[in-house]
Amino acid sequence: MTTLNHKTRQWSYFSLYFIWIALFVIAPVALIIYQSFFGLDHQLTLANYKNYLSSAVYLKMTLNSFVYAFLITLITLVISYPTAYFLTKLKHRQLWILLIILPTWINLLLKAYAFIGIFSQTGAVNHFLTFMGIGPQQILFTNTSFVLVAAYIQIPFMILPIYNSLVDIDPAVIQASHDLGANNFQTLWRVIFPISINGVRSGVQAVFIPSLSLFMITRLIGGNRVITLGTAIEEHFLTTMNWGMGSTIGVILILIMFLTMTLTSGTRKAGTRKNHGKA
Amino acid sequence: MARSETILALQHVYKYFDDFLALDDVSFTLDQGKFYSFLGPSGSGKTTILRIVSGLILADKGQVLFDGEDITNLPAEKRKVNTVFQNYALFPHLNVFDNVAFGLNLRKVPKSEIEDRVADILRVTRMSGFENRMISELSGGQQQRIAIARAIVNEPRLLLLDESLSALDQKLRQQMQYELRSLQQRLGITFLFVTHDQEEALAVSDEIIVMNDGKLQQSGSPVDIYDEPINHFVADFIGESNIVPGTMIQDFEVEFVGKRFECADAGMRPNEAVEVVLRPEDIEVTTQDQGKLVVQVDSQLFRGDHFEITSHDEDGNQWLIHTTNSVEDIEKVGLNFTPQALHVMRFGEEEEDFDARLSQYEEGDNTES
Repeated sequence: MTTLNHKTRQWSYFSLYFIWIALFVIAPVALIIYQSFFGLDHQLTLANYKNYLSSAVYLKMTLNSFVYAFLITLITLVISYPTAYFLTKLKHRQLWILLIILPTWINLLLKAYAFIGIFSQTGAVNHFLTFMGIGPQQILFTNTSFVLVAAYIQIPFMILPIYNSLVDIDPAVIQASHDLGANNFQTLWRVIFPISINGVRSGVQAVFIPSLSLFMITRLIGGNRVITLGTAIEEHFLTTMNWGMGSTIGVILILIMFLTMTLTSGTRKAGTRKNHGKA
Repeated sequence: MARSETILALQHVYKYFDDFLALDDVSFTLDQGKFYSFLGPSGSGKTTILRIVSGLILADKGQVLFDGEDITNLPAEKRKVNTVFQNYALFPHLNVFDNVAFGLNLRKVPKSEIEDRVADILRVTRMSGFENRMISELSGGQQQRIAIARAIVNEPRLLLLDESLSALDQKLRQQMQYELRSLQQRLGITFLFVTHDQEEALAVSDEIIVMNDGKLQQSGSPVDIYDEPINHFVADFIGESNIVPGTMIQDFEVEFVGKRFECADAGMRPNEAVEVVLRPEDIEVTTQDQGKLVVQVDSQLFRGDHFEITSHDEDGNQWLIHTTNSVEDIEKVGLNFTPQALHVMRFGEEEEDFDARLSQYEEGDNTES
């Protein structure tokens, strides 16, 4: 009796999550896939996919998305890894971590507008460039500013997983590396980096996948010069009203995300944590 | 022990952690090919010494000499010393082979030679066939062996072991003690072993160095340290002991609990205040009229291979006795001991003076074993 009761109670708790996932994860994805098989004339068709695969514009757009997401991820990683590494050496680590998380609490749109101010012809950066005698320059609405702002926004999401994997490393392991004859660089390259690779993987996933579908920053900072898949979806749904094509690109994007996930997940070998437990 | 060259010497080493004096004027020398143990309670500075020798921390004052060369400020990676860490500190991202080969790879040893040497060392540590296992797939004892293999494959002149057996269970620990000892004798590498477990230190070492509060207390063979502790701390820390205050009446005669006894110690001032050590296993239980001391039995515990009796005399001194005969239902017993069983300690005697005094009277008097 009691076990039955217990079971039904458990199910009633779980059902909330099932409903949530069904409504907000499974249903939207199913709808997108469903929509992608309809043309503008509301007829069941494969034309959208045919269009996508035969159109140089769409393929170039996909490539663009890839290249920019890659660049953004690379820049973020190059900035974040050393930052996370030095964070682990600091005294008031919790405070510094809080300062890094803080900007993520501010709305993306607000940050984008702030950058418009900073990068504009009369903005702070151009004031400085004029002072140096090389300004004013066109900074806003360039590809560089797009990549930099996107990287700025993504940095906390890269730093945190890397930082977490770095603080998990047993200091004795680093001492052992020195003891066996490794200098600082060799220790970083042969011990610290390989052990923290899972943090890097999560960071890359957290940055690369959202970067594929950025659209607001491409408009506000990139000045619509860069058309990524994200912008294309927005155009199709809001401007051209071609929901079928928008959904098709959405499906493509979802496939690319799955591909990225499998490529970056790697073979999860024994992590540091597991070893701690045994030692 | 064909040669007895000095391999390591510390000279007047001091180390502070903020305001805390971790090492207070530490000096000692280690000879080639011997098994040394640093023994002391936690916080006594023994691990600090190990780290200064390995180069993971640097001395604030004093010198570290290795093979006669000053290495006081040489970084760890340049020293010909390897360490077996307390929790082994094996690399979790590498398999057994790559863990062991780590040091050789860094020194750009040719690949075929690395393979041979790793295979050799895994055979010595009885871990052949585990080359491709990940560290997380090994048991504690196996990890211990790999940690030792990873250190000795580099053929260090001096191997440091930092509480390396403390994470193992009792049985495995004793087995590893035998293995460590035989490994050391086969390889001829100097071992410097840090432990807080006195039984372990007594079992494996050629020489024990007892530490407390950042100072060296006494060094010597396990038998010397056990039989002739220099002071209260050493007598109390190594093995179990009864320590009572007394007075040295004259050479070979000491007074405690109001009675005078013949003893085997000499070389002190007449009527000097001293402490007397009597090991529980050196006490023989007898009848009241035959005993040199009469005590009241408080309790008796069965310890398997002996009975442990706690008792007290008329003055309230506690006496711990190890005996193979039960004293159940007996309230008062007599205690008997030989003059050689008594060991007299002076207050504040330096190790140098202590050694000189012992050797001086031992030359004239050979009754003591």
